[in-house]
Amino acid sequence: MKSLEPSRSGGRPSAASIRRLGSRCSLVAALVFIPLVCASAKPIIIGSKKFTESYVLGEIARRTLNDAGVAAEHRQGMGGTIILWQALRGGQIDLYPEYTGTIAEEILKNGQQPSFSEIREALRKLGVGMTDPLGFNNTYALVMRRSEAQRLGVRTISDLRNHAELKIRLTHEFLGRQDGWRPLRERYRLPQQNVIGIDHALGYAALANGSIDVKDAYSTDAKIEENDLVALEDDLRFFPKYDAVFLFRSSVSPFAINALRRLEGTLDEKRMIHLNMEAERTKDYTFAANLYFEGTGRSASSAGESFPHKLARWTLRHLELAGFSLLLSVIIGIPLGILASRGGVIGQGILGFASVVQTIPSLALLALLVPLPFFGISVRTAVAALFLYGLLPIVRNTASGLQDIPRLLRESAVALGLSPFIRLWKINLPMASRSILSGIKTSAVINVGTATLAALIGAGGLGEPILSGLNLNDHVTILQGAIPAALLALLVQWFFDVLDRVLIPKGLRL
Amino acid sequence: MSALVKLADVSKRYADATALHSTNLSVERGKTTVLIGPSGCGKSTLLRLIIRLIVPDSGAIEFNGELITSDTIGALRRRIGYVIQEGGLFPHLTARANVLLMARHIGKSADEMHDRLADLCQLTRFPGNLLSRYPVELSGGQRQRVGLMRALMLSPELLLLDEPLGALDPLVRASLQKDLKEIFARLQQTVLFVTHDLAEAVYFGDEIVLMNDGRVVQKGSVTDLREKPADPFVSEFINAQRGFTLT
Repeated sequence: MKSLEPSRSGGRPSAASIRRLGSRCSLVAALVFIPLVCASAKPIIIGSKKFTESYVLGEIARRTLNDAGVAAEHRQGMGGTIILWQALRGGQIDLYPEYTGTIAEEILKNGQQPSFSEIREALRKLGVGMTDPLGFNNTYALVMRRSEAQRLGVRTISDLRNHAELKIRLTHEFLGRQDGWRPLRERYRLPQQNVIGIDHALGYAALANGSIDVKDAYSTDAKIEENDLVALEDDLRFFPKYDAVFLFRSSVSPFAINALRRLEGTLDEKRMIHLNMEAERTKDYTFAANLYFEGTGRSASSAGESFPHKLARWTLRHLELAGFSLLLSVIIGIPLGILASRGGVIGQGILGFASVVQTIPSLALLALLVPLPFFGISVRTAVAALFLYGLLPIVRNTASGLQDIPRLLRESAVALGLSPFIRLWKINLPMASRSILSGIKTSAVINVGTATLAALIGAGGLGEPILSGLNLNDHVTILQGAIPAALLALLVQWFFDVLDRVLIPKGLRL
Repeated sequence: MSALVKLADVSKRYADATALHSTNLSVERGKTTVLIGPSGCGKSTLLRLIIRLIVPDSGAIEFNGELITSDTIGALRRRIGYVIQEGGLFPHLTARANVLLMARHIGKSADEMHDRLADLCQLTRFPGNLLSRYPVELSGGQRQRVGLMRALMLSPELLLLDEPLGALDPLVRASLQKDLKEIFARLQQTVLFVTHDLAEAVYFGDEIVLMNDGRVVQKGSVTDLREKPADPFVSEFINAQRGFTLT
């Protein structure tokens, strides 16, 4: 008998429990990985930056590869240079359109202006290939309203020196670049103070309605023509050359690269401006990209997705992001809240950590997670950021709900002789359920709202139309994302109100 | 009769004050011992030390000859019933679930629990049709009866009551006092009863323990306290309460 004892108590779990465990693991695994696998399976992933020209070039590359029989997907408007570059290095994308000046100044950062072949050599050492220039030079420019420039007699950047009163607003990227605002101001000795950042698309609107006077732009930007703006001449030759190229991972098949290289030297400035204008006029990047393939028109392979289908895709992804991160917040947050309710150094540490996380702006949190090895440009990053955001309300409400239980009732449970686990499970947690559920509700509403930012790192969701609408200055597209997101938040609120009635014990609701 | 509970040199100190100075006390089997004294005198502390909601700084507490320690208290708590003001009922559980909580936890059979519950309802004069109500749906007196049933469910050897009738209005209080006394007599229950009301102490107490400022001042019958006061405080306390009851 005795020899049997160990194998019974410490032996192998039953087949049923293994099965149960297995199915639970695979469910979790599925929740984590389905979105990732869908987003990063076999086809070549093309990334693009968050502005029209990059979108159009990304679409042109996709169509070129598709026409050559290579499966390719385009992740539109993932962010700025650093995010795209890291996504390329990390393998989340395989290629994206870039500019030689940006590569020299922002990626290689070796101080001088390297030649084209020096850039190519430096990239090769990093495992990244580069096509020859596509044909146009999209350098930076400062732009003003044409009427204002003529009235003040401003023609060159040097002329700005005499007009300290002009209000300059720049994109955040330009403000931070090594070849951006600071060296530009030094070179030209510009007097303007209080220059702060503004979103690229919003900046155009601000320029048009006169609330700002000068902003940065790309020289092939369609908005320059559209809004009757004028680009100031770079009379001191400050800006380097920004020849458009494609960067690709060396793992991309030579066949695909050959297909891509057919684009080299085929896009001059005039043509690019035209495509950019068409993209903004029709609000349809695919249509604009197709104009590049003269005469072919809209082919079946690139026909647009219908709106209900897109809406369903965005909403599903949105719910996936918010729901999965909320689930994590609940699973981790409630135990942390129980620990925190006991006070002491650990309790204060937990509440302190959750509070600090909450004070980091969501955009900054995303940006901080992106460079980490496990995260990068992926759904994981979005889920991780949302999970961290959802933590505080749940932890805090769990802790305070437990602490608010009257001392006499807590003692009654002890005096009855109930074990600590039973006390927690049958007495304390049910009595704190109202507070805990309201914490979960707060987290859910925050998550549904914040999940719109996931689009910034290409994780999709209802932020996708908001972002591209913002970029195109197209209110209808913004609303296509904003209205469903708001409705979703209301729905979540309502859902949790119903859940309250189910989960809060009746005796606490009377 | 031997003592069921014995305290030897038990003391308890909080950061700012001594709640209980070194105290010796025994609770006799089958009798009702009443702890009385002004608020803050240490009477509730003494009760809470026995059920080990708080841990003594020094001394030893024995229950039925067994030392109460953190190892033994788990099992001993099932042999001790504890009732506080308002009954200390859990608001998310019905009256029935409150009473059966511990019995269910230790796996008593449904039949056994059902019979015991019927007996308790009769004993405490609690209407059985109210068992499915939640505490907020019951009156203060009814809640107290449920609290008493919960404490008596496992037939404890010792019943601890901490000002159980403090929050009730005078009429309800009087009828519960009468019922309680009958119950204690019928069960031959060993009871340790905390109150600040002398009339209540006299009504229940086979033995009265007067406490002040963390010490037992005198132990005995009410006649002892009145006629042979051990301390000027004893007379002061008795006269103050008498004056109050006469007006």
